Amino acid sequence: MMNLQKKKLYTLLALVALFVILFICNMLLSPYHMRIINLVGINIALVVSLNLTNGFCGVFSLGHAGFMAVGAYVAAILSLPLVKKAIILPELPKWLGSVELSFLPSLIIGGLVAAICALIIGYPVLRLRGHYLAVATLGFLVVIQVVITQLQDFTRGARGINGLTQYTNTWWVWIFTCITIYVVWRIINSAYGRGMMAIREDDLAAEAMGVNLTKYRLLAFCVGAFFAGIGGALWAHLITVVTPLSFSYDRTFSLVVMSVIGGMSSITGGVVGASLMTLVPELLRNLEVGITVGGISIPPLYGISQIVLSVVLIIVIIVRPKGIVGSREFSWNLFKKKKWNTMNQMEN
Amino acid sequence: MLELNNVNLYYGRIQALKNVSLSVREGELVALLGANGAGKTSTLRAISCMHPIKEGSIHFSGTDLTKVPAHRLVDLGIAHCPEGRQVFGRLSVKENLELGAFRRKDKEEVKRDLEWIYSTFPRLVERRSQSAGTLSGGEQQMLAIGRALMSRPKLVLFDEPSLGLAPLIVEQIFDVIKKIKEQGRTVLLVEQNAFQALGIADRAYVLETGTIKLEGTPEQLLSNEEVKRAYLGG
Repeated sequence: MMNLQKKKLYTLLALVALFVILFICNMLLSPYHMRIINLVGINIALVVSLNLTNGFCGVFSLGHAGFMAVGAYVAAILSLPLVKKAIILPELPKWLGSVELSFLPSLIIGGLVAAICALIIGYPVLRLRGHYLAVATLGFLVVIQVVITQLQDFTRGARGINGLTQYTNTWWVWIFTCITIYVVWRIINSAYGRGMMAIREDDLAAEAMGVNLTKYRLLAFCVGAFFAGIGGALWAHLITVVTPLSFSYDRTFSLVVMSVIGGMSSITGGVVGASLMTLVPELLRNLEVGITVGGISIPPLYGISQIVLSVVLIIVIIVRPKGIVGSREFSWNLFKKKKWNTMNQMEN
Repeated sequence: MLELNNVNLYYGRIQALKNVSLSVREGELVALLGANGAGKTSTLRAISCMHPIKEGSIHFSGTDLTKVPAHRLVDLGIAHCPEGRQVFGRLSVKENLELGAFRRKDKEEVKRDLEWIYSTFPRLVERRSQSAGTLSGGEQQMLAIGRALMSRPKLVLFDEPSLGLAPLIVEQIFDVIKKIKEQGRTVLLVEQNAFQALGIADRAYVLETGTIKLEGTPEQLLSNEEVKRAYLGG
């Protein structure tokens, strides 16, 4: 065991190193590469917050993209410059049409509205378990899509809102990512987290210990939704367009896949899964246009990236059904003892 | 301390308990005996509010338990040590024990109780940071008992603590239950192992197909021909 102060120092150094690297990347790399790095950051935050709900509390939600949509739209409407707002969304009620908030308050309000949605739908839905809960949260995603498509005055329906200011940059993304990881880490290492994990293991036994099931499930669900909302808002202001289709099943499932591939009940797993599943498809995309390696030229293979990805996913799930890192966590002790700080030796 | 009056409990259309009445006085160790499907676990479920009852009343120190949500039971001073142990398999032994004290705010006292549990079950000290799922059956049962005691209960409900354990371990578990009683706690012990249970109980009830068939002191029950034939293999 290393002492706590040393660990804190290491963590601080690692953070500084991360931001120095990001700073250098920001100067040297092309906007295309920076966009990928930013997407990695957003996805990490989304998957880590999803892991809190799905992995640590066992509330298997498929509604994450729905909360992203809520956050993205709320933040987009709030932060849209007044001049553009008058043209793009002329039907907005006056109190909304005449506000233009700066980025930070828009993000936070977006997250809060997503959390409130989670509270409203969570109260009835969280009585369900397992598959039923998953289907119910999927239903929420459908409802959100329909509402956004129909609420023309606020959202321009299927056309979406374009022309958002590109507020999101590397700093916004990665500071948000670090905050998300920190908050989730604090939660799972507190009595709240212990209660959540007890619910995941055995809800009846947890209840017998005095854990209020509804309260803790709701808490995990709402915290997850809050970060999903902010993540969605950041994403919207990176791409600068939001449409109902931006937050469909595809997105929910790609987040769940990242979470499962990395390891559902681990923050480290979330980080690994999100990074890999964002970067690998980008790299594979190069294959599609055809490359020449050592005189042998490979013709363009359209769709190959999807096929390779699917095969990789199947292999990972067969070889490591609990995800790449399982439910282990990164720890500085790792370097000292050459051994993972195992929360769970049962896995292997 | 604990009073059940004409309790009727149904699973769908199947009646599991028929007019069950029983009482446990403060400081007593009461055993509830019966074969598989007699309604022992259902009785405990009714008491710990995990299954609603259709008719009858359940009172604990004057509180009507039928109106209390299950997670508030711990606050009243009732701990349930469930059947099949049900430890939190992927959490460590220490985390399991800490969960037992989930609703307690007196951190210093919790620490002291933790030490006491470790001194009662030295095996748990060795396995402190190991995940509970990797423990042997007997160790898991000790952990489940320790976890139940961490809430400082007035009344402890044990559901088949000897189930599936080696005879030597069963002996140890019963010793511990006796110790718990000697500390002044009240115990309701549900067991199939009638002989062992009667050895430490003050009084016992015998359940059969959802109704209380017999009631009495261990001596009375042990001399009863029916009990001997049905449960003691005599």
